[in-house]
Formats: sequence, structure tokens, C-alpha cells
Amino acid sequence: MVKTDIKIGGLNLKNPVLTASGTFGYGLEFADFVNLEKLGGFIVKGTTLNPREGNPYPRSAETPMGMLNAVGLQNKGVDYFAENIYPKLKDLDTNVIVNVSGACIEDYVACAEKVNALEKIPAIELNISCPNVKQGGMAFGVQPKSAAEVVAAVRKAYDKTLIVKLSPNVTDITEIARAVEDAGADSVSLINTLLGMAIDSEKRRPILSTITGGMSGPAVKPIALRMVWQVAKAVKIPVIGIGGITNGRDAVEFLLAGASAVEIGTANFMNPAVTGEIVDYIEDYLVRHNMSSIDELIGGLQI
Amino acid sequence: MKKFLVDLKIKEVEKLNDTCVLLTMTDEKPLPECRPGQFAELRVDETPSVMLRRPISVHSYDAEKNEIGFLIQVVGDGTRWLGMLQKGDTVNVLLPLGNGFTIPEDSNARLLLIGGGVGCAPLYGLAQELKRLGRNFAILIGARSAKDLYRCNEYSALGRVEYTTEDGSCGEKGYVTNHSIMSEKFDYIYTCGPKPMMMAVAKYAKEHGIGCEVSLENKMACGLGACLCCVEDTTTGNRCVCTDGPVFSIEELKW
Ligand SMILES: Cc1cc2nc3c(=O)[nH]c(=O)nc-3n(C[C@H](O)[C@H](O)[C@H](O)COP(=O)(O)OP(=O)(O)OC[C@H]3O[C@@H](n4cnc5c(N)ncnc54)[C@H](O)[C@@H]3O)c2cc1C
Ligand SMILES: Cc1cc2nc3c(=O)[nH]c(=O)nc-3n(C[C@H](O)[C@H](O)[C@H](O)COP(=O)(O)O)c2cc1C
Ligand code: FES
Repeated sequence: MVKTDIKIGGLNLKNPVLTASGTFGYGLEFADFVNLEKLGGFIVKGTTLNPREGNPYPRSAETPMGMLNAVGLQNKGVDYFAENIYPKLKDLDTNVIVNVSGACIEDYVACAEKVNALEKIPAIELNISCPNVKQGGMAFGVQPKSAAEVVAAVRKAYDKTLIVKLSPNVTDITEIARAVEDAGADSVSLINTLLGMAIDSEKRRPILSTITGGMSGPAVKPIALRMVWQVAKAVKIPVIGIGGITNGRDAVEFLLAGASAVEIGTANFMNPAVTGEIVDYIEDYLVRHNMSSIDELIGGLQI
Repeated sequence: MKKFLVDLKIKEVEKLNDTCVLLTMTDEKPLPECRPGQFAELRVDETPSVMLRRPISVHSYDAEKNEIGFLIQVVGDGTRWLGMLQKGDTVNVLLPLGNGFTIPEDSNARLLLIGGGVGCAPLYGLAQELKRLGRNFAILIGARSAKDLYRCNEYSALGRVEYTTEDGSCGEKGYVTNHSIMSEKFDYIYTCGPKPMMMAVAKYAKEHGIGCEVSLENKMACGLGACLCCVEDTTTGNRCVCTDGPVFSIEELKW
């Protein structure tokens, strides 16, 4: 038996495979294709203090080996989540993590406090990197000072594991990572989507209603991998790798680059069973490479 | 309804015209049950420009023969690959997705199915079901020209079919909403096709106080209600076309 379990702050994952917020709904949408309890955990849709309708349609555009989205954090708010979704998830034998977003520090804090009260939610992922909302979102995540401020405020109100999700739309992501580490984050996850754009040349119009949107999918993987490698060297807290992971081999690459866990996003749209397959691949990889524990793989890149 | 991810085998390929093919697929195991108006997401392989699955309506479903039919119009790289599939090939398919059409309880209700272009695709399965149930229905098909029509004999075998073409090369000349059948009395309308056509039909139905269901084709990513990319702005806010639709009653839409 190989050991695939890993600790992130106070969070115990049975394996390093998580799902990325906004791509896996509330998990239940995928229950016909993956045994949710087989996953290390899943991160539910971006949740805000108050309900949000999101941006107008069209909200997505396919690009070569990638896509742009401008969903804009459509969700029914944290109270709705607590009353209607949480009861369906709380007895699952896996980690259900809530992705928390806000337009101002007070909203982040109030939302985190409400999630703190949900006993079976062991962690939050603080989204300071959403490129699809006008105020807040990414604005917090692109400056070390504002990033640290929001993390410090939430840290005071939230006593379980605090993961902070970083934006790649910055000059130096390690600077932001260190700032949120100092402000009390237990872990950083990266990357959120890259700001991009798509145009319909025949209509001479932007494809997205918001003109620009967040890019994800296999095309962003090399950028994500590079950033994970840089951040893993720059901070002491565990790093969660996200961006373009489509199969087990991609996941292993992120672990080698220094990620302690990975999140699978857009690949769920290509193959809704992919997360379970990645769990199997990693186990098989450890056996093939005579490793007894996942710890031997993490940061195991040989240079 | 439980959803399945299956590799289906192509049993038959029928080229209908320059741009449309009918793929009949089967599986060794019994196919999941599919209702008229539901759809599937087909994986496109060997095409670097296509990452996401392509949503395609269930055109026909036959539990006895264990067959499912998809009618595909080639408009871009994904449908081009699907259109080149050969007998014996396999396709990875996610199904059944979406809600499907509803059939009024009143068995005397007079039903009208209005399709435009490739939009007719899901109406064929609906007509099959209505015939099986012995319902009273007629089909009105609109197209640009006679050469854009397909499967006319198959539709005729199901019941009364009327045509309109923009150039008058088949049936009455003009748009579906101008066809003489519209002066007859119907209790319920189903429509699927280009958005301007569906909007014209919806307007007609509203003006005449007739119930009407439309099948939308918003761009999708997951097809499972998870990504919220496919939303339609409805009277109760943004709703997912992939799970709350693709069929909506016009009462629910802001058209
Ligand atoms: C629920 C549903 C059911 C559908 N049923 C059928 C069907 O039975 N038969 C069929 O042939 N097609 C159907 N479609 C449309 C089909 O999914 C698209 O034509 C296909 O995804 C285009 O892929 P592509 O790679 O060939 O073209 P792309 O390169 O993606 O696009 C080519 C052109 O088609 C347009 N286009 C792409 N997707 C759509 C869409 N969803 N709606 C309108 N325009 C679009 C693009 O804007 C572009 O101009 C359905 C769509 C939905 C959402
Ligand atoms: C449709 C869609 C919705 C998303 N919604 C959120 C969100 O609500 N919160 C968040 O932190 N990230 C969100 N993301 C970003 C993903 O979680 C992930 O960081 C990004 O897609 C990169 O990973 P991938 O290439 O594996 O998809 C979303 C991505 C997509 C494609
Ligand atoms: S396509 Fe993802 S929610 Fe409808």
C-alpha cells in the first residue's frame, strides 16, 4: 500500500486530488461519474455573502485547448448554501471546501464567519483573484498590501484552514504569495484564470458580454506550472497547484514542481470522470516509481 | 435522471445533404433511456481546436432496436469531425442531458411542431413519441430552399407534414409563421430552430394564447449544471439551459 494522504494546514486529504471552484458545481452534479468520496476533497462554487446573478450571457468562449469564462460568481449566497446545499454534503466522507469571494473586506469576513459556523466544512479557499467581477475579486489579489489586508481580516474571523487563491495576472506572484503567508494563510492555491479576450471577426464584436474573461484549460498549464514552481520555492506553507490539469501525468508534474495537492478544473468539462482517473494514476505512479509515500513525489523535481 | 458516459458505436451514417448527416449509434449494453428534447454531449477527438464536448439533440431513440440517432449539421471544426465519422467508429457520449419536451395530459389536444433547418432535429423524436401515444399532431417545417430539407419521407410516415421555403421551391413560400396551417386551431406548439424563427413563433403563440415550448441552444461547457456558462435570462433569473432546459415554456422566457 502506498501512502497518498497529505496534510494542508489542519486539513487531512486522503489523496492530493481536489476539484477547482466553479468547475465542479456542488460536487453532486458529478456523482454519476465519480465517487466523490474517492477524492481528497472538492471545492464548491464561488460563494458570496449576498446572492449574485453573475454576468449576462454569453459567458464563455472556446479557444484553442482552452476557454474563457465570465460567469461573474453567480451564486445564491452563503445563507442559501448553508441551508440548502450544506445538508446534502455534510455527511460525505471527503473534504468539502467553500470558495469565498467578496466585493469588500467586510463581505469576505462576514461570509467566512458564516462558513466557519458550518461544522463539517474544514477549510475555505479565499478567492482574491476572480477577474470577472467589477469591484473586489482580483483587485485584492494583485497588490501585496491589499491581499495581505483581506487575508489578515479573514484570518481573525476564521479559525479553520485558510487557503488563499492567487491571481496569475500580476508581475511577480511570489511577492503576493509571501504577503498572504505573512498575513496568516495556511496554504496558497494557484492559479486562478488568466485575463483574456476573444473576438468574432465576422460580427466584429467581442464574444463575451464582458469583453474580457478568465482563461483556463490545457493551454494555461505551462504558465501555471511555472508559477507553482516559483511560489513553492518562495513560501513555507503548502501550495496547491491549479491550471490546465487534464490527466494524471499533468497532476504528477505539478506535484514534482512543489505542489502538495492539485485542483482539477476545466478538464471536468472534457471528461466528467477525470478526477477519479487522476487519483488512480497517482497511486499507480507511486508504485511504478517505487515510492512508498506521496511525500517523496512532492517537490521531487530533479534539476 | 441518471447520466451516463458511454462509448457508442456508429451503426449507420446517412448523408442527408451537403452539410447534414444522420448518425445512428448503438451499444452492446442497453442504451440509457432518452426522452424527446433531451440532448447528449459528444466528445470530438483528433481536433486540436476543439476541447469541449458538442451538445447535440437526440433526434430519434428506439429502445427496441437499441438505437439512438443524432442529426448533425457541419458548421465548424467539431461538427466537421463528427460529420466524417464512419460506420464502426466509436464516439464518447454523455447522456441523457436536459429536461425534454412535456406532453399535455389532455389526449385530445391538437399539437403543432414547428422546426426550422437543422432545428427540426429534436422534433423528429417528439413526433415519434406522439405517434406512439396516438396523439393529434401536425408538423410544419421551414427551410431556405427545397435542397435544405431532409428526411421528408420519414417525417411523412409519422403524420401530417407541411413545408415552407423562403424561395418557394417546396410547400408554401415564406416563413413558418405565414403558413396557412397557422390559421387552423392548435392548443400547444413546440418549436426548435433559428432564434428569430422561434421568437416569431413564440410571439404568435402569446398573441393567440397558445401554450408553447421552445428548445434553446445556448453555448455550453459542462452540460451538467456545474459551470453556469449556458444561462438564459428567464423570468426567475439566470437558469441553466443544460439542466433547467434546453426546453422552456415561453412563459418562463423574457422574449
Ligand atoms: C442543447 C443543444 C442541442 C443542439 N442540437 C443540435 C443538433 O441536434 N444538431 C446540430 O447540428 N447542432 C445542434 N446544436 C448546435 C451544435 O452544438 C453546434 O453547432 C456545435 O457545437 C458547433 O460546433 P463546431 O465545433 O462545429 O463549431 P464552432 O467552431 O464551435 O462554431 C461554428 C459556428 O457555429 C456557431 N455556434 C457554435 N455553437 C453554437 C450553438 N450552441 N448555438 C448556435 N450557434 C453556435 C459559432 O458561433 C460559430 O459561428 C445543439 C446545441 C445545443 C446547445
Ligand atoms: C466556468 C468557470 C468558473 C470558475 N469559477 C470560479 C470561482 O467561482 N472561484 C474561483 O476561485 N475560481 C473559479 N474558476 C477558476 C478555476 O477554479 C481554476 O482556477 C481555473 O479554471 C484554472 O484551472 P483549470 O485550467 O484546471 O480550469 C472558474 C473557472 C471556470 C472555467
Ligand atoms: S453548460 Fe455548464 S451549466 Fe450548463
